[in-house]
Amino acid sequence: MVPLNAYVTVSAILFMTGLIGVLIRRNFIIVLMAIEIMLNAANINLVAFSHYLHSMAGQVVALFVIAIAAGEAAVGLAIIIVVFRGKISTNVDEMNLLKW
Amino acid sequence: MFDLLVVLIPVLPLLAVLVNGLLGHRYSHGVAHRLGWGSVGLSFGCAIAVFLSTLSTGLTREVVVYRWIFGGDLTINLAFLVDPLTCVMMLVVTGVGFLIHVYSVGYMHGEEGFTRFFTYMNLFMVSMLLLVMGNNYLVLFIGWEGVGLCSYLLIGYYYDRVSAAKAATKAFVVNRIGDAGFLVAIFLVFVNFKTLDYTQVFAQAGQLSTAMATAIGLCLLIGAVGKSAQLPLYTWLPDAMEGPTPVSALIHAATMVTAGVYMIVRNHAIYDMAPLAMTTVALVGGLTAVFAATIGLVQNDIKRVLAYSTVSQLGYMFLACGIGAYTAAIFHLMTHAYFKALLFLSAGSVIHALSGEQDVRKMGGLRSKLPWTHALFLIGTLAIAGIFPLAGFWSKDEILAHAFVHRHYGLYAIAAIGAFLTAFYMFRLTYLTFYGHSRVEPHAAAHLHESPAIMIGPLVVLGALSIVGGFPGVPPEGGWLHHFLGPVVGVAGRGGEHVRVGLVVALMGAATGIALLGWGLAHYLYSVRPDTADRWAAEAPRVYSTLRNKYYVDEVYDAVFVEPTKRLGAAWDWFDRHVIDAVVRGVGRLTETGSAASTWFEKYVIYGVINVTGYANHLAAWSWRKLQSGMVHHYAAIIVAGLFILVHLILIWWTGSFALGVAAR
Repeated sequence: MVPLNAYVTVSAILFMTGLIGVLIRRNFIIVLMAIEIMLNAANINLVAFSHYLHSMAGQVVALFVIAIAAGEAAVGLAIIIVVFRGKISTNVDEMNLLKW
Repeated sequence: MFDLLVVLIPVLPLLAVLVNGLLGHRYSHGVAHRLGWGSVGLSFGCAIAVFLSTLSTGLTREVVVYRWIFGGDLTINLAFLVDPLTCVMMLVVTGVGFLIHVYSVGYMHGEEGFTRFFTYMNLFMVSMLLLVMGNNYLVLFIGWEGVGLCSYLLIGYYYDRVSAAKAATKAFVVNRIGDAGFLVAIFLVFVNFKTLDYTQVFAQAGQLSTAMATAIGLCLLIGAVGKSAQLPLYTWLPDAMEGPTPVSALIHAATMVTAGVYMIVRNHAIYDMAPLAMTTVALVGGLTAVFAATIGLVQNDIKRVLAYSTVSQLGYMFLACGIGAYTAAIFHLMTHAYFKALLFLSAGSVIHALSGEQDVRKMGGLRSKLPWTHALFLIGTLAIAGIFPLAGFWSKDEILAHAFVHRHYGLYAIAAIGAFLTAFYMFRLTYLTFYGHSRVEPHAAAHLHESPAIMIGPLVVLGALSIVGGFPGVPPEGGWLHHFLGPVVGVAGRGGEHVRVGLVVALMGAATGIALLGWGLAHYLYSVRPDTADRWAAEAPRVYSTLRNKYYVDEVYDAVFVEPTKRLGAAWDWFDRHVIDAVVRGVGRLTETGSAASTWFEKYVIYGVINVTGYANHLAAWSWRKLQSGMVHHYAAIIVAGLFILVHLILIWWTGSFALGVAAR
């Protein structure tokens, strides 16, 4: 029986990995992937607590998260393609028009 | 049918007024004058029908047109009273009015404002008919004011002439003084009787106290004095001659000025209760009769002489009212309407022939040039002078006889002197105008012509009336007119004294003698020895100039009333300019200064605060907007940092200790 602490630890490590990826990487695709990692870290957390608390709600929410993540990835990739057509680049730093 | 006829009498001229007044500028003059005299003619026809009906039935009837004012106990109708007195007045007003309207067609031919003239004349007819037909004081008052207004409008007919405009104003203002008295009388009547209907008022008149009856009588007298140009308010009438001659004839001789006499006769029930008021009426009348006649002696304007003559004759009517000879007053009113209208219109014919000349010193010898006018003017003169058996003889003799029989010897003497003066100045006028050698100025002489038939026609009718108009009142105190009017004014010769025939004849003889004496003197002074008059004038320059200047009454009124009023006006003007205006200007300046200060405050203080706030905001925004870099990872970092802080705050909230502590536990 793997203790809850282990799941939460794995989840925290994964989440931090994703978070750091989002913050320091400049490639839009990598950033998107990092976001997926963060979502999945949340999923592990949900499933682990679901099992621990004997409640199916957590697992259902996890399924929702997976579905939304798929949608988000689709939208994100579409945005990347559009931006790439304009800038011939996927560097996040070059997308800085939305400011004062 | 009867009611309809009665209503039609004033309505017909009213329709003509509306059509001529509103549409007059659209059509030619021909339509205007036909409407003018046509409507009056028709209403004369209606008046005759109403008269005949009243004569046959002998009934006094009231015709209510509509309820005008009602509330509480007060009901005032626009209603007409048809009794013998109304019938006589109606016939005189519409009949003489009709003739004068016809005459005006010729006289006013080619004048500027021809349609306006007929509109005003018809409006006058409407007002005058309301005045004589109304069954209560308010309708009487409407007519009273209406005729005053029309008088004003018609005196000022040549409004581009300053003298005419001034005369019109004078007439109006002087009339207002009388009207004020009349209004007070109406108020007193209302207070005492709670109604304004004649029938109810006169039925209860016997209950009045003598003092109240005297007060009402005197107030009515003030009104009558203003309207009928008696002392001391007569001054407007001679000036009113500025109007066209038909106006002088209709309004200022035959009808309007007799309104006062009509009003007093109508109110005889009240006067019968007030001997003092009666005496005052008689005195005012008698004095006016002589006073005006003496002024008439030396005037040189043909119309002014006639105007003073009118004032004098009205004095006779007042005298008659004052001694209780109401029938005689109405009788004289009637005959006077005939012969004075005749005289005025003949004078108008003379003026017309002389291209507008009114000064008798520039006339003379017109008898051969204007035979018709001369003959008719002479008839008028004989009638007014009281030569047997013309209209004026019967009516004037009746007044004189009544005064004598009822032992008013002083008044009789005054009236007799007045009669002598009347005969004198009228024949003087006739001699100066039609006899002697011609003094006509050459340019006028060139255009000298007899008036057209449309002017002479009405004159002939009036001439005939002046001859036979006295017969309804024959024999004195027992004629047809006396029986007809008897029910209204009480039996003439109150007390029913039997007067001996011999005395009546003697008085007639005396009256005729007086008239002939006046005629003889005029004949001597202006025909036999034409230079005598001037010599007499030179021998008594003071008397002559006093008369010539009308006893300086106008000057006195000017000095006593007009000038002080003007000065008061000037004083108020000064007060207005220098005090009230100063206050107004001060307030204005205060506001101006205040607003300037307020402007400064707003400009430099409020705007300053606002601008500083704005700039501060701007500056803050300038520094803070650097935060929004547009870099996604900056935002992400901020979110993460915020999340950390938030999570830690929540943990501290929950556990009261630092987050890492939880992990350690």
